[in-house]
Amino acid sequence: MAAATDMAGSERGGMLLHAAELEQDGRAERCRLLSLCSPGLLLTLGLLIAPIGWLFWFSVIDDAGLFTIEHYARIWTEGAYVQIFLVTFQVSILVTGICLLLGYPLAYCLSQLPTRWAGILLIGVLMPFWTSLLVRTYAWLVLLQRRGIINNVLVDLGIVDQPLRLVHNLTGTVIGMVHIMLPFLVLPLYASMRSIDGTYVRAAANLGASPVKAFFQIYLPLSMPGLVAGLVLTFILCLGFYITPAILGGGRVQMIAQRIEASVHLFPTWGPAAALGVVLLVLTIAVLLFSHWLIGRLRRRGM
Amino acid sequence: MERGAATGRALPVKISHVVKRYGSVRAIDDVSLSVSAGEFVTLLGPSGSGKTSLLMTIAGFARPEAGSIKVGENEIVRLPPHKRDIGMVFQNYALFPHMNVGENIAYPLRLRGVGKTEVAEKVARTLDLVQLSGYAERRVDALSGGQRQRVALARAIAFEPGILLMDEPLSALDKQLRERMQVEIRRLHDRLGTTTIAVTHDQREALTMSDRVAVLHQGRLMQFDTPRQLYERPCSRFVAEFIGESNFVPVSVTGGVARYGDLALQLAEIPSNTVNQLLLLRPEKLVPLNGTIPGGINRLVGIVVDAIFQGDSLLLSVRLSGGHEISARLPNRRFGEHGIPAPGSSIEFGLAPEDTLLVAEA
Repeated sequence: MAAATDMAGSERGGMLLHAAELEQDGRAERCRLLSLCSPGLLLTLGLLIAPIGWLFWFSVIDDAGLFTIEHYARIWTEGAYVQIFLVTFQVSILVTGICLLLGYPLAYCLSQLPTRWAGILLIGVLMPFWTSLLVRTYAWLVLLQRRGIINNVLVDLGIVDQPLRLVHNLTGTVIGMVHIMLPFLVLPLYASMRSIDGTYVRAAANLGASPVKAFFQIYLPLSMPGLVAGLVLTFILCLGFYITPAILGGGRVQMIAQRIEASVHLFPTWGPAAALGVVLLVLTIAVLLFSHWLIGRLRRRGM
Repeated sequence: MERGAATGRALPVKISHVVKRYGSVRAIDDVSLSVSAGEFVTLLGPSGSGKTSLLMTIAGFARPEAGSIKVGENEIVRLPPHKRDIGMVFQNYALFPHMNVGENIAYPLRLRGVGKTEVAEKVARTLDLVQLSGYAERRVDALSGGQRQRVALARAIAFEPGILLMDEPLSALDKQLRERMQVEIRRLHDRLGTTTIAVTHDQREALTMSDRVAVLHQGRLMQFDTPRQLYERPCSRFVAEFIGESNFVPVSVTGGVARYGDLALQLAEIPSNTVNQLLLLRPEKLVPLNGTIPGGINRLVGIVVDAIFQGDSLLLSVRLSGGHEISARLPNRRFGEHGIPAPGSSIEFGLAPEDTLLVAEA
């Protein structure tokens, strides 16, 4: 009887031994994997999605709790807000640009060193992360102020007559922000450069490319995914930056985060601040989507 | 097909007294080598023999401590790599992943300022040459290993360099494809006639593709000869062991008579001076004798230790009368007549005098 059943099974496409049990095992394994993610999923849901929903809700209700778009309308119509968004983007672009100029050669140097040395020097890049953001920002204040070390040295050496205005303005803000943002550009870029095989540049040289051409035509395109990732990370962090512009800008450099804080104090309701927050969030998501699209395009080109 | 028909640009290469050290290790120890125009030369050696260092020195990626490298009349030893005008196939092919097949091959042409229509024409012609017509638009990562190899080759010859270098060009391919590509590269070379220097650790590959093979060992050039000469007339024990299968038995030479134990041997050449040397026995040159004893050949008697069937041939381990264990290879066609010898049975081999060679002990 059993033999007959086996025969029937094998006729339908081979013997199916333990097929049902094996599939069940597979499903159980996937369930266990999913259960490992569940704490993270719950946290994200509770601490990210819900508050953002709440923020969005606040931004579209007025004092009486009725639906309104006045908070968004205010941002659009009042010149001051538009100005703040412009300043935010200008500062972010400037800081990201300076990080690029400083960070690319740095990451390149690190990627060419033996792994041992690169590891030691990377600690140097990461060191700023070991102290708090606030401490580093105040340290810059001490260094850059009118009677700070930098100005004293410059005046003593006779390089300048008057102490330079290095802080409580755009200069101070940019210096502080570049210092804090640099690792965010260098780390992804370094990782991407490490994975570029040195024989590509050799091959380019062999085919007749001068070192400059080999760099721009071969190395730079190959390092592009890491570079774009680093630039986007830096730029997005700049967009929402609060502490450093607030302290080193001395009120002269108004970025969105500061304006949001001010709105919380200025208005009786959360609405205006919430609307600014939503706009910042949407802009950030737009930048992310754009970079995602850009990296995808670079990937399709085979990088 | 006529040699050099496609390019007419084959240049001779003259390497003189090149020395390259890494720390205290002499990677290249005073190597001199002349490659004629249009010749295919392979640098062959075990890892650490200096073959890759020598190739990198020619390409300009490694700077020697001393020496001269001339391509045609030009001294290139001090030129940076991009001014050397040498084509090279890299071990991992190094095809640029952000360019498609056509762009890769066009790259050296664009660097040389070749016009657009001429570039397109040359790319198509070169792809045709490596049997990849119509692949110009393909992405590099959509190619198989063998196709990448061909594209790398196409890129290296597209700008018609005076010489072509290949660094272990076939090592990334599986055995069957590798053997097919060896023949294909050899045929392509016959069509183009470009002077070619390749590096390999695979002796069969070297024998298959090359006009001459340079055997390197510990940074020194051991022998530079045609494949036939290398195999039949190796000048040292190292070369004899590295190329093909080999057995050695000690031979004493006194008064113009060479002996293995008590057995007087008839050799192709007998050294005049009295020395102890090794007789090279290639496994396939030992012919089992079957009762009939032809005159004028050496007869070696031994006991079969084991017999291993390897498809195309039977590998016998035989302990000779003098106590030395050697291997002998019987082609499939031959051993069928006698059946496979049983371990422990005695066997007699004939060795023709013209198949004998003495090499120095060291």
